[in-house]
Amino acid sequence: MIDWLPIWLSLRLALVTTAILFVLGIPLSYRIAYSRRRWSIFAEACISLPMVLPPTVLGFYLLLAFSPAGSFGHFLDHYLDLRLVFTFRGLVVASLIYSLPFMVNPLLAGFKNLPPHLREASRTLGKSDWTTLRRILLPNMRPSLVTGAILSFAHTIGEFGVVMMIGGAIPGRTRVASVAIYDEVQSLNYPLANHYAIVLLLFSFSILLVVYAINHRQSKAVL
Amino acid sequence: MSSPPANLIFRATKMLHTAQGPQLFDVSFDLPQGRLLAVYGSSGSGKTTLLRILAGLTETASGHIELDGEIWLNHPNNPNVPSNLNVPSNLNHPNSPNHPNNPNDPHGSNRPPGPGRYTSLPTRHRSIGFVFQDFALFPHLTVRGQLEFALPKHADRSIIDELLTLMELEELQHRRPALLSGGQQQRIAIARAIARRPRLLLLDEPLSALDDEMRSRLQNYIGIAHRHYKLTTILVSHYLPEIISLSDEAIILEGGKILDRGIPETLFPKDRIIGDIRLNGEIIDITNAGDTSIIHVLSASSTIKIVTPSGANMHIGQHVTIAYHHFNPVILPAT
Repeated sequence: MIDWLPIWLSLRLALVTTAILFVLGIPLSYRIAYSRRRWSIFAEACISLPMVLPPTVLGFYLLLAFSPAGSFGHFLDHYLDLRLVFTFRGLVVASLIYSLPFMVNPLLAGFKNLPPHLREASRTLGKSDWTTLRRILLPNMRPSLVTGAILSFAHTIGEFGVVMMIGGAIPGRTRVASVAIYDEVQSLNYPLANHYAIVLLLFSFSILLVVYAINHRQSKAVL
Repeated sequence: MSSPPANLIFRATKMLHTAQGPQLFDVSFDLPQGRLLAVYGSSGSGKTTLLRILAGLTETASGHIELDGEIWLNHPNNPNVPSNLNVPSNLNHPNSPNHPNNPNDPHGSNRPPGPGRYTSLPTRHRSIGFVFQDFALFPHLTVRGQLEFALPKHADRSIIDELLTLMELEELQHRRPALLSGGQQQRIAIARAIARRPRLLLLDEPLSALDDEMRSRLQNYIGIAHRHYKLTTILVSHYLPEIISLSDEAIILEGGKILDRGIPETLFPKDRIIGDIRLNGEIIDITNAGDTSIIHVLSASSTIKIVTPSGANMHIGQHVTIAYHHFNPVILPAT
């Protein structure tokens, strides 16, 4: 019998991570896209680092940082009563860092592909940066918003190395679907591993289908 | 007779990076209220830079801009700019209104700045309407939506219907810009720029993307909008007929400097005006009718009929120039 708890945990983690990344990603990519300062190059490199870093490396350093034995982990534990190792919260924080480029990069491309005159035209009409962002820029980069959200979601669902390092495999708390597959294979329970794998495969494929369908409809709607 | 007091005072310097290398933009002029000033010049002469500095979209090396006594920019002299090009202090400018307690200033920014105090009113606080060369319409908004967006909060919304009527856009009001022609988009851009009732209207080559027929029709809309809303307007153009028919006066920019300023009719030598029409084309048909021949010439996308005495040495397929000479059309082999 398939245990749906790991899949539910994966979905919950992906949903929470995507929602937070959406809120963080918009101002971050806006600042980077329109900044003429050097720091933006540094910020872009930092944000994209998880894309090229082996997940276990990222997970290892996060484990060191979050561990109550370390000074940062001790600070979180002692002063904020926040334990990030082997907890769902820890998975969320790790996923935020791990999936950040999958949200920020599409948004950054969305901002950079907008005609520069749109932003200037809004300013000449007396609108603040906030109004311009909300009513002009974001509605004209909907495909980027959808792509960013769905890629972050899908990427979080599929993460394994970071989750293993930071969360382990505590059932109901940190044993997400990808970890459950690994566990079942380890115990030679291939049919159950296959069940989890098929659910993830179908899920990932449907997500990509939705992304392309939305982008296709958007590009037709503009014309 | 003395000239009316200046409503706009503009002084600015800036280094331009043009295709010909770095060039100093150094422009000063005053403009009385209600006038339409044309800025003429070749590309790279600094025309668009002038508008962008006025709108606060481009930074300066130094400068001073005032509209109705409200200071939009006070940028003290930059040590990197050669001293002979430094901007004079405009606080003592003869046309500068006494502005410490100007009730028109909503932002409290019009107290006289000290000579060294930098002030730059953000674009959104400058009372301008800007028509971009590519119109910069918002793709996701309908025609009406563009105008509604442009209105300040709590503004009288009746101006939307008024503008839609004035610019003959009522039937298009629920359409999005992508499906509209260049001429229609241009009318929307003008209407949108005027909707918030700016004091200064800035037009950056607004007709350059249109064909000749559309140009002459749309010139009228600019003229109508300028007069109807009593705007002070600056029109950047490199198209002389447009300047002559629309503007009260013009300045010629070259290499970032004002070369000349005056009334357009006297400013531009006659030979630079396309008063003598010259069209190049190809003969597509010749009909002989007694003593005369009717020659059909294809020029651009139009066919022009020219009546000439028969016996002219012309043949189908020949490239010719049609010119008006002493009010009569003549046809000549193309040179």
